[in-house]
Amino acid sequence: MAAENGEESILNHAETLAAPPTPVDKIFDKCFRTLTFVFTWATVLLLAFIVFRIGGQALPAMKEYGPGLLFSSDWDVNNNQFGIWPQIWGTLYSSLLALVLGGFFGITIAIFLTQDFLPHKLEMVLKNIVELLAAIPSVVYGLWGIYVLIPLLQPTADKLHSSFGWFPLFSTSFSGFGMFSAALVLSIMILPTIAAISQDALRAVPRRTKEAAFGMGATRWEAILRVILPTASGGISGALVLGLGRALGETMALAMLVGNSATVSLSLFSPASTLASLLALNFPEADLNQTGVLMYAACTLLLITLVVNMLGTLIINTTTTKGGER
Amino acid sequence: MNETKNNLLQLPNLERHPFEPRALKSILLSTITVICAILACVPLFSVLVMLIYRGGSRINLELFTALPPTAFQFDGGGISNAIIGTLFMVGIAALITIPFGVLAAIYLAEFGPYSKIATIARFSAKTMSGLPSIIAGVFAYAIMVITMGSYSAWAGGVALAVLMLPTILLTAEETIKMVPKRMKEAAFGMGCTPSQSMTKVVLPMALPGIITGVVLAVARAAGETAPLLFTAIFSEYALEPNDPTASLAVLIYNYSNSTSENQLELAWAASLVLVVLVFILNMVSRWIGSRTRK
Amino acid sequence: MNSLLQDDIILDCRAEKIFYSDFLAVRDSHVPIRKNQITGFIGPSGCGKSTVLRSINRMNDLIRGFKFFGSVQFHSMDIYDKKVDPVAVRRNIGMVFQQPNPFAMSIYENVAFGLRLNRFKGNMDEQVEKALRGGALWDEVKDKLKKSGLSLSGGQQQRLCIARAIATGPQVLLMDEPCSALDPIATRQIEELMLQLKERFTVCIVTHNMQQAQRVADQTAFFSVDISVGGRTGYLVEMGATKELFSNPQEQLTKEYLHGDFS
Repeated sequence: MAAENGEESILNHAETLAAPPTPVDKIFDKCFRTLTFVFTWATVLLLAFIVFRIGGQALPAMKEYGPGLLFSSDWDVNNNQFGIWPQIWGTLYSSLLALVLGGFFGITIAIFLTQDFLPHKLEMVLKNIVELLAAIPSVVYGLWGIYVLIPLLQPTADKLHSSFGWFPLFSTSFSGFGMFSAALVLSIMILPTIAAISQDALRAVPRRTKEAAFGMGATRWEAILRVILPTASGGISGALVLGLGRALGETMALAMLVGNSATVSLSLFSPASTLASLLALNFPEADLNQTGVLMYAACTLLLITLVVNMLGTLIINTTTTKGGER
Repeated sequence: MNETKNNLLQLPNLERHPFEPRALKSILLSTITVICAILACVPLFSVLVMLIYRGGSRINLELFTALPPTAFQFDGGGISNAIIGTLFMVGIAALITIPFGVLAAIYLAEFGPYSKIATIARFSAKTMSGLPSIIAGVFAYAIMVITMGSYSAWAGGVALAVLMLPTILLTAEETIKMVPKRMKEAAFGMGCTPSQSMTKVVLPMALPGIITGVVLAVARAAGETAPLLFTAIFSEYALEPNDPTASLAVLIYNYSNSTSENQLELAWAASLVLVVLVFILNMVSRWIGSRTRK
Repeated sequence: MNSLLQDDIILDCRAEKIFYSDFLAVRDSHVPIRKNQITGFIGPSGCGKSTVLRSINRMNDLIRGFKFFGSVQFHSMDIYDKKVDPVAVRRNIGMVFQQPNPFAMSIYENVAFGLRLNRFKGNMDEQVEKALRGGALWDEVKDKLKKSGLSLSGGQQQRLCIARAIATGPQVLLMDEPCSALDPIATRQIEELMLQLKERFTVCIVTHNMQQAQRVADQTAFFSVDISVGGRTGYLVEMGATKELFSNPQEQLTKEYLHGDFS
């Protein structure tokens, strides 16, 4: 041992080097803590400011047009007539369609990735592919939708319309740009979100729950459908709601594919319009009055997404804390 | 009664029955799952193949150095101003959000994690992360474009910053929280002030995670179009921060339905450049993330 | 206790009540710490021995809801006095933890960390060497000072943490179960080191291992849990010279504990 060798060691020195923190240390500490506190407040104020600023700009239009604007379908700039019902309809309809498709694929993939269907390496490859789907910018999806997806859909859609034209979903002829193409691309875009959060939910199912099901003689799919999915249902519904939130706010793919015509129709092949694409297309050349109306539309969109997202977060938070206690 | 009793006494049947309804159902469901998984991969490959097929031919020096062509210019031209514009605006956004997000995250994770303001700030950040990207554009329009009186790269940067902030803040908070408690204790035990413990011990350990969050946020912002549409809009000229500014994303959007074949090709080439950029950023963040987990 | 010279006591900890929020964790524990001796804290788990130890250099300030009633006299100053800066307290009363916790820096930087913190102006290399010698680690690491502190073995890491803590020459060294994460050989090395350390420092050690207390401690404080009030409140049962306490305990409870009737 070193100290026994009689070498220079701290043990042979009685003096202490410990010094109280210098004034510089103290001032730095104070400033640094204050700074973090200030930016925490700034985060809150930023959100408040966003809502306040957009709300403030929308207020004159809200006063002038009232809630009637939400349910009117007239949009006539020259006569100052505005209504955003078709856009609200288009937003909700396209998002729900995308949710059905993206939800089905997303949850299926989440099951595929979590329930030991694949060797671990393949699992990672597929997981990365799905995550990369989310990385592609929406404007690129829009471009792809116009030049790849629409030509691809054309023959099938035409056939569906000519054979099943009586059915409301196929009641108009397919013009390419419209609800169907938009919702399809939208579903690809929300699939990764749903798949990722559902995977977390499925992984959180305790192993012993699964083992209990197998122990009672359930087949793999019986265990998945009757035990694992119900146990993870909270997290999965949260995933769906958050996916819906993403779909509601998505702009570019829709602006490029939905056709931007203020139509309210159940038909998948009809062109439509959404709140976000309305904003994207009209903001650049809006006059003051129109800007107010657009801010009103932005407020509506903001409100819808805020409610949906809060709901999703709430569902995930409540179900995951319960899961932790199990 | 008797029958069940007899059955119980019989040897149970343990043989496989591949055509029993239960087994068939399992096979069917597994098949559907596999098909779904394959179908989900198709868009990614389709997009990548199309980008290379339609945009690959334009990948040359001119693409990165020349300005965009007019609609009547049948060949040539590049996207240099859009590349520079994207980098410039993402850079502004990063300069705003990195200090903003990391400092707020430090408070949320360490200095006042249970305080009321921290709870509200965390909630605000989560809410903002779900904000439609176009709303960020509307906001930047309201505070920058209306006050400054013109579209500008600055406004575009602010719009992107609103989108990047929650990602950076929330990932930084997570990683700072993940620094083992014993490291913080060691620092305090040595007589560090809370700020010294944070800057000398905790932040260096959390740095890789924070960088991962920043890179992901940058990757996302680089591909955003909606917030730039009416803040930076577009320009065919070289970068001039106080004037309308081009970006890759808006260039793709503007040229996507151009009647000029030349511009359309450029849209595909720009998409390829953008996707490659975004993928590289994603890989970098994964690489940093996986390195630190070891 | 009468034989104690008042001058001998470097640190006088009177923990009347320690709360975590509403939970009374420790009550009525008077622990005088004598200079250049090793004071061992023993007792069953949950008896508050660690809480008391961590109160001595105000580490518990970091825990939400922590409240300390009483006093810790250190050089005629109560370290819980409003005028006292807890950061300065921790610089004079060092601490070694249960889990070895070297920073993710080089061995050299780990030891230099405290010196830099205290704005040490002298010869850094020399001081780092002295500290590593003091921590009985120099011979093992002198050729790899640039390597990460985390690359060392568990026992070496813990000695590095000790070297780091003593580099600035604090007066008191608190050790919170420093050997519980180590194997028997590393434990022995640390115990030997402790005996060297007490020549220069005053050491307090929490241990769950009675044999360890017997081997190293000059004074031993025995804590126990009082479950009669409904909570699980720890308190000091008795304290004295180690030999005395182990061979002739005054309290029935101590006798039972040393005998192994409960743990």
